Amino acid sequence: MNKKILFTLPLLITLVLFGYFFWALTKPGRDPKILPSVLIDKPAPEFNLTALENLGVPGFSRTDLTTNGKISVVNIFASWCVPCLAEHPDMVKLGKRDDINLYGINYRDKPDDALNWLNRNGNPYHRVGRDPKSRTGIEWGVYGVPETFIVDATGTIRYKHVGPLNPGDLENKILPIIDNLQAQK
Amino acid sequence: MRGLLLFTAVLFLFTVNSDPVQAFEPDEVLDDPALEARAREISKEVRCLVCQNEPIDSSNADLAKELRIVVRERLVAGDSDDDVKSYLSDRYGDFVLFRPPFNTATFLLWFGPLLVFGIGGIGLIFFYRGNKNLKLANPLSPEEETRLNQLLDENEKTKSSNSGETS
Amino acid sequence: MIAELGQFAIIMALLAAIAQSILPLIGAERLDSRLMAFGSQASLIQLLFVFLAFGCLTQAYIVSDFTLVNVAENSHSTKPLLYKISGVWGNHEGSMLLWILILAVFGAAVAAFGRNLPVTLKARVLAVQAMIGVGFLTFLIFTSNPFARLLLPPENGRDLNPLLQDPGLAFHPPMLYVGYVGFSVAFSFAIAALIEGKVDAAWARWVRPWTLTAWTFLTGGIALGSWWAYYELGWGGWWFWDPVENVSFMPWLMGTALLHSAIVVEKRNSLKVWTILLAILTFSLSLIGTFIVRSGLLTSVHSFAVNPERGIFILFLLAIAIGGSLTLFAFRAPSLKAGGIFSPISREGGLLLNNLLLSTACATVFLGTLYPLFMEALGGGRVSIGPPFYNNTFVPVMVPLLLLVCVGPLLPWKRADLIGVLGRLKYAGLATILAILLAWYVTEGGPLLAILGLGIAAWMLLGTLSEWADKIKLFRAPLSTSWQRMIKLPGSTWGMTLAHSGLAIAVAGMISTSAWKVEDVAVLKPGETISVAGTDYRFDGVRELVGPNYQAVEGTFTVSQNGEFMAVLKPEKRLYNVQKMPTTEAAIYSTFVGDYYAVIGDQVEDGGWTVRIYREPMVTWIWFGCTLMVLAGLLSLADRRLRVGAPAGKRKQEKREQKSQRNAAA
Repeated sequence: MNKKILFTLPLLITLVLFGYFFWALTKPGRDPKILPSVLIDKPAPEFNLTALENLGVPGFSRTDLTTNGKISVVNIFASWCVPCLAEHPDMVKLGKRDDINLYGINYRDKPDDALNWLNRNGNPYHRVGRDPKSRTGIEWGVYGVPETFIVDATGTIRYKHVGPLNPGDLENKILPIIDNLQAQK
Repeated sequence: MRGLLLFTAVLFLFTVNSDPVQAFEPDEVLDDPALEARAREISKEVRCLVCQNEPIDSSNADLAKELRIVVRERLVAGDSDDDVKSYLSDRYGDFVLFRPPFNTATFLLWFGPLLVFGIGGIGLIFFYRGNKNLKLANPLSPEEETRLNQLLDENEKTKSSNSGETS
Repeated sequence: MIAELGQFAIIMALLAAIAQSILPLIGAERLDSRLMAFGSQASLIQLLFVFLAFGCLTQAYIVSDFTLVNVAENSHSTKPLLYKISGVWGNHEGSMLLWILILAVFGAAVAAFGRNLPVTLKARVLAVQAMIGVGFLTFLIFTSNPFARLLLPPENGRDLNPLLQDPGLAFHPPMLYVGYVGFSVAFSFAIAALIEGKVDAAWARWVRPWTLTAWTFLTGGIALGSWWAYYELGWGGWWFWDPVENVSFMPWLMGTALLHSAIVVEKRNSLKVWTILLAILTFSLSLIGTFIVRSGLLTSVHSFAVNPERGIFILFLLAIAIGGSLTLFAFRAPSLKAGGIFSPISREGGLLLNNLLLSTACATVFLGTLYPLFMEALGGGRVSIGPPFYNNTFVPVMVPLLLLVCVGPLLPWKRADLIGVLGRLKYAGLATILAILLAWYVTEGGPLLAILGLGIAAWMLLGTLSEWADKIKLFRAPLSTSWQRMIKLPGSTWGMTLAHSGLAIAVAGMISTSAWKVEDVAVLKPGETISVAGTDYRFDGVRELVGPNYQAVEGTFTVSQNGEFMAVLKPEKRLYNVQKMPTTEAAIYSTFVGDYYAVIGDQVEDGGWTVRIYREPMVTWIWFGCTLMVLAGLLSLADRRLRVGAPAGKRKQEKREQKSQRNAAA
C-alpha cells in the first residue's frame, strides 16, 4: 500500500509546483522586475544635497524630512528620463498641496539640462537636491528613475513606488497612503 | 544571453542613461592590486539592478559603474568583503547579491541538493534490499548456488576478455 | 492572401491533430486496424498543414509583408536575407510555430520509421503525440496568432533585436527546439506503454534512437548558444546560470539520465518504472522551460513579449500534460513487473548511480532557478541565485559523476569486482597522476582545485581511451587484430567512447578558462601597446564601416609574442540603424591552447579608446568537446542495431556478425 503512495509522489510535487506557478502568475501587480525596498519602515538615510542653481528653491537634506511635521513625498527624477515626463502632471498635483512636502532628487543629471527641463515643464518641487553621481540614490536603494518615496513626519520611509506613476496610481496608491498616515497622526 | 537584458531594460519602464558606458573601466582600477582583485571578486557577485541578470562587474549601466566605484571606495576605507556586501544588501536587499545568504529561509536551498541525493540514496538502498528479497523469495540450494557462481564466473571471464557491451 | 492561407493551414492542422489524438486510441482499444492506421495518415496530414503555415509565415518575412503584426514588429526590409528567415523564430509567435512544426515532424517520423512497431503501441504513441500538438496549436491560434493583420501597416518594420542578427543565433533556436521537442517522442512512448501496461526490452530499443536524436540536438543547441554568448556579448564568458540557460540545461541532464537508464531496460529488462518516469520528467522539464521563458515568471534575459494571459494558458496546458501523465503513472506504474536483479556494483548499478547523480544535479539547477519564486511566495523577500550558488552545489555533485564516467563502462552486468575493474584502469590512473603533475608544473602551482579538476578531466579521457584500447586489444594483440576489432566496434560503442571523451575535453576547457582567464582593460591611443599574459596587443587605430543595416567602428590590433607576429584582430562596435542599439563584435584569435580576445569600446575625451583584452586558456575545448558529443550521438544513431526501421533480414545478419565477433574474441 505505502509503495503505491510512492508512485503518486511525482504528481504531488508537480501539483505543489504548479500551485506556486499559478500564484505567481495571478498575484495582482506582481512584476519580477520590480524590486521591493528593504528600507520600508526604516529611517531615511543621511544626505545633504546642494540646490539646483537659479531654480529658486533650496537644496534638500535629511533634516528637511523632519522639521515641519509634514509627510514628505520624495521623487527621484532626471531630465533624460522619458517616463519622468509622463508622471510630471501628478507631481504638479502633489506639489500644489501645502499639507505635504514634495521634494525632488535630481538623479545623475547635468544642472543646465535639469534647469531647462523644470523651467519648461514647471517646477512642482518645494526643494530640489542635486545627486549627480547617484550616491544619495544608492543610499535610498534607488535603481531606476523615476522612483517615488513616501516618508512620514518622523523621517521614516513608509512606501516606495518604482517606475512612473501610471494613470490612477496617484489616486489609488499614493494619496490613500498619505491620507492614512495623516489619519494616524 | 545577458546582453538581451540591456534590450529588455530599454523596453522596460526605466530609462537607461543614454551614454553607453563600458563595464569595468580603466579609470576605476585601484592602484593596490590586492584591493583591486578583491574589488573584482566582489563586483562579480553583485547584481546589476538595472539589467537584472548580470553582475555589476560586466554591466554597462551607469548605476553599475557607480556601484563599482562605491565598492572600491569602501575597500579603500578599510571595509572587509562582507562589510561591503552587507552595505549593499542593507540598501537593496539580498537580491543585489548573487550568492544567496545562508539563513533559515535558504536552508532548503543550500541543503536541497544534499537532501535530494540522500533521499535518492535511501531509495537505492531500499531498491537493492528489495532485490535481495526477490532473490530470497526463490532460494537456491547450496549446490545450486555454487554451480551458479561457477557459471557466472566463467561467463564473467569470457565477457571481460571480449568485454563487449554488445552482448 | 498568403497569410490567410497560413491561418487556414494551422486550423486544418489543429483539426487533423484532434482526430489523430482520438481515433487511433479508440482503434487500439477495439483492435480496429483501420482506425489505428489513421494515426499515421493524420500525422502526415498534420505535418503538411503545419509546414504550409510555417512556409506562409516565412514567405511573409522574406517579402517583408508589414501588414502582419508579427513581421512589422520583428523585421525590417534592409535586413539580410538570413536574418529575415531567422526572424521567423526570433519572436514568440513564430518560435511557437517552429516548435509545433518540429513536433509534427517528429510525429510524422514516428509514423514513417516505426513500421515494425506493434500496431497498438504505434497508434497510441501517435495519439499522445497529437494530444501535445492539439494543446500547442490551440495555444497558438487563441493567444499567439502569428498571422494577425495590422489595419494600418507601417512603412517599415521595427527590426529584429541586433543581438539576434548573428549566424550562431540564427541556428541556435531550431537546434534547441529539436532537442526540447524531440523528447516528446520518449514521452509519448512512455504514456503509450503505461496505457498498454507493458514495458520491455523492445520498448527501450524503440525509444532510445528518438531520445538520442533529441539529446544530440539539444547538446548542439546549448553549445551553440553558449558559443554565441562567448563571441557576441563581448564579456569573455560562456555560461552565467541565467534562468533561460538553466531551463535548457535541465532537460539535457534528465535526457542524459534517460539515455543511460534506457540501456538498462534494453539489456537487462530492469529499471522500467524509473525509465518511464524519466521519460515523462525529461519532456515535462522541456515544457516547463517553454513556460518559464514565455510567461515572464522569473526575471530573465529573454526578449519574448511577456503576457500573463499566455502564461495562464500554458500553465493549464502543462497541468493537463504533466499532471495527466503523472496521474497515469501513479495508477499504472505499480503494476509494471520488476525485471532482472543486479548488485550495486555492476553495470546496472553504475548506470543507476549515474542516474542518481544526474537527477541530483538537475534538482540542484531546478532549486536554484525556482527557489527565488518559492521564497517570494512564502513572504521571504527577493533573493538572487547566481554562479556562487552553483559553484558550491552543482560542481560537487558533478565530481563523483565525472570520476565514475570511465569506470562504469568497464563493469560487467549483474555483478562486478570493483577492485579488478580499477586494476584495469591502473595505467590510466598513473597517466592521470602524470597529467596532474604536468598541469601543476605548467601553471606554476596555480589554484589546486583547478589542477585537481584538470586531473578529473584527464582521468575521464584516459580511462575512456584505455577502456576503448582494452576493447580492441590494443598492444595486447597484433595491430592487425586490433584494427579488425576496431572497425567492427558497433556505432553505439564508438558513440559512448566519443561522448565520454568529448565530455572530458569540454570539462577540461571549462576548468581552464574559469581558473586561468586573464583580462585587462585600458585606454589606448593608436600606436600604443598593451601586454596581457605575456602577449602584446598593439592598437593600430580605428576606421568606420557601413554594414547593410548598421554603422560600425572597427579597431585593429596586432597581436605578437616576444616580437613575433601572431594575428591581427579587428573587433567592431556596431550601432544598428533601426533599433539604435549598440552591439560589440569581439575579435578572437583561437588556438589550441587558448583564445586571444579583443573588444573595442568607446572613445574617451583625450582621443584614446577603451580596449578590453581577454586571454582565455583552452576555451575552445568546451565547444570542441561538445562537437564530439554531437558526433557521438550521430554515430550511435547510425548504428544499425538501433535503427528502428531496419528490416528484419538485416537484423539477423547483424546478429550473425556479432556472434562471429564474439567467437573470434573467445
